Amino acid sequence: MLHLRTLTRAERQGLVTGLLFTSPWIIGFLAFRVYPFFASLYYSFTFFPILESPKWVGLDNFRGLLDDSRFLTSLYNTTYFAVGAVPLATITGILLAMLLNSKVRGLSIFRTIYFLPSITPVVATAIVWLWMFDPLNGVVNYMLEWVGIDGPGWMGSPQWSKPALILMSLWGVGGAVVIYLASLQDVPRELIEAAELDGASAVQRIWNITLPMISPVILFNVITGLIGAFQYFTEVHVMTGGTGSPADSTLMMSIYLWQTAFQFFKIGYASAQAWVLFLIVIVFTTVLFRISGRLVYYGGK
Amino acid sequence: MVGADRVRPYHWATDALPTATHPKESVLSAPTEFVAVPRPATQQPTTSGVGVTHAVASLIKYLLLVFFAGFFILPWVWMVSTSLKNPDELAVYPIIWIADPIRWDNYLSALRQADFLTYFFNTILVTFPSVLGAVLSNALVAYGFARVRWPGRDLLFSLVLATLILPGFVTFIPLYIIFRNLNWLNSYLPLIVPTWLASPFFVFLLRQFFMSLPEELADAARVDGASELRIFSQIILPLSRPALAVVALFQFIGSWNDYFGPLIYLNDKALYTISLGIANMRASYGFSNFAWIMAATCMSVLPIVVLFFFAQRTFIEGIALTGLKG
Repeated sequence: MLHLRTLTRAERQGLVTGLLFTSPWIIGFLAFRVYPFFASLYYSFTFFPILESPKWVGLDNFRGLLDDSRFLTSLYNTTYFAVGAVPLATITGILLAMLLNSKVRGLSIFRTIYFLPSITPVVATAIVWLWMFDPLNGVVNYMLEWVGIDGPGWMGSPQWSKPALILMSLWGVGGAVVIYLASLQDVPRELIEAAELDGASAVQRIWNITLPMISPVILFNVITGLIGAFQYFTEVHVMTGGTGSPADSTLMMSIYLWQTAFQFFKIGYASAQAWVLFLIVIVFTTVLFRISGRLVYYGGK
Repeated sequence: MVGADRVRPYHWATDALPTATHPKESVLSAPTEFVAVPRPATQQPTTSGVGVTHAVASLIKYLLLVFFAGFFILPWVWMVSTSLKNPDELAVYPIIWIADPIRWDNYLSALRQADFLTYFFNTILVTFPSVLGAVLSNALVAYGFARVRWPGRDLLFSLVLATLILPGFVTFIPLYIIFRNLNWLNSYLPLIVPTWLASPFFVFLLRQFFMSLPEELADAARVDGASELRIFSQIILPLSRPALAVVALFQFIGSWNDYFGPLIYLNDKALYTISLGIANMRASYGFSNFAWIMAATCMSVLPIVVLFFFAQRTFIEGIALTGLKG
C-alpha cells in the first residue's frame, strides 16, 4: 500500500512525524484492542480453565450456551432492562430538555439538579438506591403509601427487581438531558416561528419540526444508551453482591459473564458469552441505523 | 444561531462600535440587547382565553420541572439524612428525616473503622496519573491526526472511529490475561497504563477541536522553521485549554468512579479504591452500620460534587459537545 521509495522527502518526514505523534494510540490499539479482540474470539472456541492453556473445542461453548438456562435467563433479564430503560430515558430526556428549553426561570438551577446525578459515582448511587428501595424502611415505599399504594419488595422481589433497576437508571438521565438541550438550542427559531404564524399547534410544531431537527442526536443517544444497557453491570454487582439475586432475576449478561470468568474460572465459556453479547449489540445497532435511515433528518450537513 | 428577524443594520448614531475590541467575534454574536428587535404585536397573546391557556401551560410546565427536581434531589436528601442518624433511627415509622441528636461522629467512624482514608488516597493515586496520561497522550495523538499531513493518516483515523463502538467486555478477558502475564495484577498499572495510550473518544473530541483552530499561526511558525512538536506544545496546547479541560474532567470522573477495573485487578484490600472499598463495606457490614456506611458514601461523592461546582461550564459544554458530534 505504502511504498516508501515513491514518497518525497517531505512526505517521508511527515510520515515519521505523524507516526510519532500517534504512536501512543498505535501501541494501545495493537496491544489493548486488536490483540485482545482476536484473542477473545479464539478463546471462545476453546476449553480454557484459567490456570491451564486453551484447548480447541470448536463450537462446544456456543452449543453449551443454548442449553444453559442461566445464560438464557441473563439474556432475558438484559433485554428486559434495555427495552425498559432506553425508551424511558429517551422520552424523559427529551421531555425534560424541552421543558428547560422553553424559557424557564432558574434554568441553570434545574439543569444542575438534573445533571449532577449522572456524574455521581455509580457505587454510591447503587448503595443509596438500595436503601431507598428497602421494602420496610425505604423512602420509596414510604412515599407510595402517601398515595395509598402498598409498595412491592423491589430488590427483594423477583418480579420487581428489574423495574427497580429501570427506575433507578432514570436517575442518571441528566447527561442525555444536557445533550438534548444543546441540540434543541440549535434548532433555528425562524423555522418554529414560521410554523407558528402558519397556525401549527404546539404538538404539530414539536412533531414536525423539533423532533426531526434533533433526530440525529436522538439516534446517538439511543445507540449509546443501548450499548450501555447491554453492559449494565456495576449497579447490579454492588446491590446484589455480584449474585444477580433474588432468584437470578437481576442476573444480567455482564454479571453472568463476570461470574463465569472470575468465579468459575471458565475463560473459554466466558469469551463465548462476550461474543454473543457483542453480536447482539451489533445487530441492534445495525437495525437502529437501518430504521433511522428513513427517520433521521441530517439537514444540509 | 441567529435568526433572520434579529439582524438589524448597524447604525452609527445609536449602536456601539462593533467588533473593535473583539476581532474574533462576529457582529452577529454581539449581546442580544444590541440586536434585539421588538417582536411584532400580533405574536403577543391578546385575548384573555389565550392568556389563560398560557398560564395553565406554564403552571403544568413548572409543576413537571419541580416534580422531576424532587425525584433527582430525593436520593441526596436520603443519603445525607441517613448518614447523620443513630442506628435505632434507621428502621422507624414514620421516617425520621432529621436525626436527634445529629450524629456527626458517623463521619469519624467511617474514617476510622473502614480504612476510608486509605481508599481515598489510593483513588487519588490512580486518578491523578490517569488524568495526566489522558491529557498528554490524547492531545499528542489528536494533533497527529488533525494537523500533521502524512500518508495513511485518514485510514488509521477510521480505525480510531471503529474502536469507538467496540464494547469493553469483548476485550477484558484477554486484557486480564495480558496483565496477569506481565505480573501487573494487584497493582495500579492495569488501571493507569491504558490511559497513557489514548482513547478513541478523547482523540475524536480533541481532533475536532484542533481542526477548528486557525491554521495560520502554525503555518507562520512552520515557515520560521519550528518543529511540529514545538508548534504543538507552544502554539496549539495553550490555545486548547478548554478542550483539554474537558478531557481532564471526563478522565477524572471516569477514574474516580471506576468500579469494574479495580474489581477485577485488585485483590489486596489495602489497595482498594474508594468505589470498591465502599461496595465492600456495604457487603460486609450489617444493617445497624448503615448510617456510617452512608457517611462514607457521602464523602466518596463529595470530590465529584465540589469539582462539578468549580467546573460547571466545562462540564455542561463538554457533555453537550459529545452529543452534537454524534
